[in-house]
Amino acid sequence: MSWLLVLPLLVPLGTAALTFLLRRARAVVWTTSVGGAAALLACGVVLLVTVWSAGVVAVQLGDWPAPFGITLVADRLSAIMVVIVGITGLCVAVYAVVDVDADRQRLGFHTLFHVLLTGICGAFLTGDLFNLYVWFEVMLIASFGLLVLGGERSQIDGAVKYVAINLVSTVTFLIAVGLLYGITGTLNLADLHLRVREVADPGLLSAVAVLFMIAFGIKAAVFPLFFWLPASYHTPPVAVAAIFAALLTKVGVYALIRVFTLIFTQDVGYTHTLLLVVAALTMVTGVLGAAAQSDIRRILSFHIVSQIGYMVLGLALFTPLGLIGAVFYLVHHIIVKANLFLIGGLVRRTGGSFELARLGGLYSERPWLAILFLIPALSLAGFPPLSGFWAKLLLIKASLEVEHYLIAAVALVVGLLTVYSMTKIWIAAFWKPRPAGPGVPIAAPSRRDLTVLAVPVVAMASVTVIIGVWAEPFVEIATLAAADLLDPAAYVSAVLGGGS
Amino acid sequence: VAPVLALVVGLLFGAAVYLMLSRNLVRYLLGLVLISSAANLLIFCAGGLTRAVPAIVPPGLAAPAEPVANALPQALILTAIVISFGLLAFALVLAYRAYEDLGTVDTDRMRAAEPPLHESADDVVPRSEAERAAA
Repeated sequence: MSWLLVLPLLVPLGTAALTFLLRRARAVVWTTSVGGAAALLACGVVLLVTVWSAGVVAVQLGDWPAPFGITLVADRLSAIMVVIVGITGLCVAVYAVVDVDADRQRLGFHTLFHVLLTGICGAFLTGDLFNLYVWFEVMLIASFGLLVLGGERSQIDGAVKYVAINLVSTVTFLIAVGLLYGITGTLNLADLHLRVREVADPGLLSAVAVLFMIAFGIKAAVFPLFFWLPASYHTPPVAVAAIFAALLTKVGVYALIRVFTLIFTQDVGYTHTLLLVVAALTMVTGVLGAAAQSDIRRILSFHIVSQIGYMVLGLALFTPLGLIGAVFYLVHHIIVKANLFLIGGLVRRTGGSFELARLGGLYSERPWLAILFLIPALSLAGFPPLSGFWAKLLLIKASLEVEHYLIAAVALVVGLLTVYSMTKIWIAAFWKPRPAGPGVPIAAPSRRDLTVLAVPVVAMASVTVIIGVWAEPFVEIATLAAADLLDPAAYVSAVLGGGS
Repeated sequence: VAPVLALVVGLLFGAAVYLMLSRNLVRYLLGLVLISSAANLLIFCAGGLTRAVPAIVPPGLAAPAEPVANALPQALILTAIVISFGLLAFALVLAYRAYEDLGTVDTDRMRAAEPPLHESADDVVPRSEAERAAA
């Protein structure tokens, strides 16, 4: 049982070590990298199946009993997230074989990539707040490396902004952890769930809660803390941008969900109302920011911000349906957003640019690429029968249920504006004729390269369609995950009672 | 001791935030050093300050004989120091590289990754000229 929880950390870490040792042998390295990602996906699936039948699984590392030792724990949400990390990790690893240039691969792209996956899985599986901090740092330092790898001017520029703001988040998180330890005397998440109920001064807890909200809010890129994201995500290679876009902000959202369902529920009227306002502003500013952009990657970056608002909205409503919507949205969004970035890379390879003004005519040249773009684009905007439709439907229904008509209206309007951005890319890159004039002519990619690049895109598009057409089992998974979140009794007893 | 340390922590935070608000990347980094120390001291204070002996169990006993200091905050701080050391080293190298590549430590003038400015906007034209001169 304990191996199940440790393997999603050991597999990517081992792969990272192997790829570092083998970095001179190019073919061996990428095979190892793709194999490692596939193994991680397999571990995630086994973990999900186990958690499905056996309930919450917890393990105490080094056999120190629960609130003192290091706890790894997987409930349904964690297990789902590990599976999704596996899927995106595998797809991006395959894409990166062609997309990331030989120099970057030799200098350690694969190593940093798998360290990043280790950090992300660690953050999803840890049952201890300080450990979460450490996993965040593992993730952060790997993302720094990936962001600057290659050392182009724009990368350095983007990295300065990314690093500067994320270090503020790190310090804020550390301060919040220190203060919470001072108040409650524990850092184990399950133990905290019990101890915060004994705290005499709830005002103090709310203050610490807001510190956590800021720390995780910077990671999740919510309004008004998102400025690092559109300043940096378009600078690294597409494969790097895709894995960042899919997973990094979502770790922030996961941490918000975990902390604000398990620990800080003492003053829902204050903290979750604040989250609701933040969610609305995040949706609106993100989508408006995207409307002003003309680079595909920057449009998509702003849309990450806007979509994060939906997930935070589900958490802020704090109803069963709201949380179901948030979990469903997390799963849907990770797949769709990674896919859109990967397609952006294909557009760059076949059309020669990320700039909408310089693109055109791709529909007549490569109709298959246009179809592949339409699937995630329409899903992002919420067209039935794709995954985004169900995600938005759940959240809007949840808002109407508790009579938050304004937020439901905001969610609908933002969906409409998302259609605007996606149409903009569609018209400029695919529909209008290719502009004449001094474009940047690039060598047409070879058939083999295009196939390798298209395989992960097709795989992710199929996942989107499957989630959309057979939504019921996925909604059921999200329902059970949300039930775990709203009633953490099983989580607490798995960690504290009989878990060792 | 606790109120004095609390004051020191507050002072460090104030100075650090002031430095970090600067557009100069070097000042930001100095602020980062200060704020990391402030956070570590804060954990130390929040963990409870006691004049107790180290948590070492004497030979032959199952538990220490007298009250011992809480070792956990110290462990947390040690971890945090190591992590912040690594991050700071990276940030320093990055700042130096940014100075080399972009020719400035003023974050407002780092625009290599931003879309080109509109030439018509009054406040930005002199800056883009200065950038051209620098390049």
